[in-house]
Amino acid sequence: MRILVIEDDSEAAAYLVKALDEVGHVAEHAADGEAGAFMAEEGVFDVLIVDRMLPKRDGLSIIEDMRHRGDHTPVLVLSALGQVDDRVRGLRAGGDDYLTKPYAFTELLARVEALARRNRPADVETTYRVGDLVLDRLSHTVTRADTEIPLQPREFRLLEYLMRNAGQVVTRTMLLENVWDYHFDPQTNVIDVHVSRLRGKIDKGFDKPLLHTVRGAGYMIREAGPERGGEAAWARSGG
Amino acid sequence: MGALGRLIRTTAFKLSLVYLVVFSGLTLFLTAYIANNTAELLDSQITETIDSEINSLSDQYERGGLRQLVSAVDLRSRRPGASLYLVADSSGRTVVGNVADPPLSILGLSNGDTTSVTYQRLDGDTGRRYDAVVRVFALPGGFKLLVGRDVSEIGQLRSLIFGASRYAIIIMVLTGFISWFFVGRSVLKRVENMAETSRRLMSGDLTHRLAVKGSHDEFDNLALSLNEMLDRIEALMTGLQEVSDNIAHDLKTPLNRLRARLEETLRRGGEVEDYREAIASAMEEADNLIRIFDALLKIARMEAGSSGDSFEPLDAADILDEIVELYEPVVEDAGGRLTLETARPLPLKGNRTLLSQALSNLIDNAIKYGQPEGGEGLSIALAGAVDGEEICLTVTDNGPGIPEADRQKALSRFGRLDEARSRQGSGLGLSLVAAVARLHGGRVTLGDSEPGLKASLYLPKA
Repeated sequence: MRILVIEDDSEAAAYLVKALDEVGHVAEHAADGEAGAFMAEEGVFDVLIVDRMLPKRDGLSIIEDMRHRGDHTPVLVLSALGQVDDRVRGLRAGGDDYLTKPYAFTELLARVEALARRNRPADVETTYRVGDLVLDRLSHTVTRADTEIPLQPREFRLLEYLMRNAGQVVTRTMLLENVWDYHFDPQTNVIDVHVSRLRGKIDKGFDKPLLHTVRGAGYMIREAGPERGGEAAWARSGG
Repeated sequence: MGALGRLIRTTAFKLSLVYLVVFSGLTLFLTAYIANNTAELLDSQITETIDSEINSLSDQYERGGLRQLVSAVDLRSRRPGASLYLVADSSGRTVVGNVADPPLSILGLSNGDTTSVTYQRLDGDTGRRYDAVVRVFALPGGFKLLVGRDVSEIGQLRSLIFGASRYAIIIMVLTGFISWFFVGRSVLKRVENMAETSRRLMSGDLTHRLAVKGSHDEFDNLALSLNEMLDRIEALMTGLQEVSDNIAHDLKTPLNRLRARLEETLRRGGEVEDYREAIASAMEEADNLIRIFDALLKIARMEAGSSGDSFEPLDAADILDEIVELYEPVVEDAGGRLTLETARPLPLKGNRTLLSQALSNLIDNAIKYGQPEGGEGLSIALAGAVDGEEICLTVTDNGPGIPEADRQKALSRFGRLDEARSRQGSGLGLSLVAAVARLHGGRVTLGDSEPGLKASLYLPKA
């Protein structure tokens, strides 16, 4: 993926670019709002990572301009402001996701990869498949090896989100935001418990587990084990 | 200038001056009006008197001729306080009367008009001239009859009135100045006291208060409300002080721990695996710091009341449903029960995220601190009800609860129980709940559910 990082803190940007490169993406860096807007106009990037407060030009105005031009490249907004209102403002300006500084690289990576897939066919598909696990979005049914698995509505949405991002790391915060629409971190491991219940329903009694825990990052649903998870990426890029 | 200049610039002085001018003007006007009307009244009375005298004297003349007139005039002119009379022959010589040296020109006038003249009296002080109003009447045979009335009394009355008003004005001005001096000085003194107190306050000593005399005047009222404001400011400043102390403690303690751990690792050296472990634990500590910082920021932002524009109509029952749905598995895994009993709907205006977080914090607390002693299972009960004009959301556990003496502290801004301080987590959970309640115009109370803690969130009903 080609990723544009518009960020004025050069050290943070250098680290981010390097880390993204190491997990196999091609990242470029713009150090201020004007340079960023100029590079964004090229339209060759799959995802933009935009800091909200930039020299010369505000990050949100860059996104607004892009949307006016009809450019729908997914944008992840980075901000030191993490209040409810700031988030809403960031998304209203045309941002697709909002991440508060300081962040964990695994969180950012997971979100960037989820954003990149947003405009892909997965969104319009009516059935998701991972191995022998099938989720039908129209009939709201889940089957594994042709056996129907009864799920609670919330469990269904949880699995739906995981399967839409199959093969990608999904963080706990992403699950809280996208499945529960909560934008705060509960102090208790609520998500882990929900995932482990779901796991009990879809993986228990089957030889091959599909729902994997990626240590230090989150969860991933895929046929094989997590060969490139957040933790592995972290270890390689952190050097 | 100096003290006097300051006295002159006071409002009291300006007001005194205005009143003085207004009342002096009024007095002058009244005096002039009274004097003038009195004089006019007296003038017309005199004219009437003169007319009636002339009429009666001309009657005497018609009945008894000149002789009777002369004797009548002679008789009348001897009475005390008599009018002026004079009968003169055609050559202007006095036949009878009590007026000396009448101006001849006057006697020439016989058209019946009244005229002002000066004259000398035959009796008493002859050197002095008096003012009079006279009328001349022509008699057959060239004789002239003059009847007049002394008017010096009117003049005296006039000067008496004006004199009195002059004194009145002088006294008024004097008392005005004296009262202004004392009132002005006392006002100035109180204002200066206030200024002095405020200077002391500005220099940083917030414990001073304005003096209240207990006279319930406007200065007292002002001082009272200013003192109230100062109380509020002092409370805020103390709060700020506490907040910064707490922030220092809350952030410095983990920072110190983090630094010590890194230092220890560096000093001891070791294998890559040791470093890896140290870094992982440092990151964990950093994440915890971020959580604390986020919570502090969130509370501060809410205290500043800047999230109000994100309020929308909500049903608190839905919020309860969702939060129960989120937490049920966790509580069950911990071997407990989470129950919900709510009225529907519970309409209110608010921010879903903040209200959910408040409830989530209360449930987190119940899970963390609400475990009952002795094998009994944890039981958390959520309830929603309409209580008059308020909506009451309660989270009740069956743990040890919080001793009554500590409850207020647990809720107060950044106030934390030492027990919570030492545990993992931001430890600001309840403070955040209280801040959310305040932002929504509501409040939080902690009660006893015997056993256990009952935390109630009261919010205004929409």
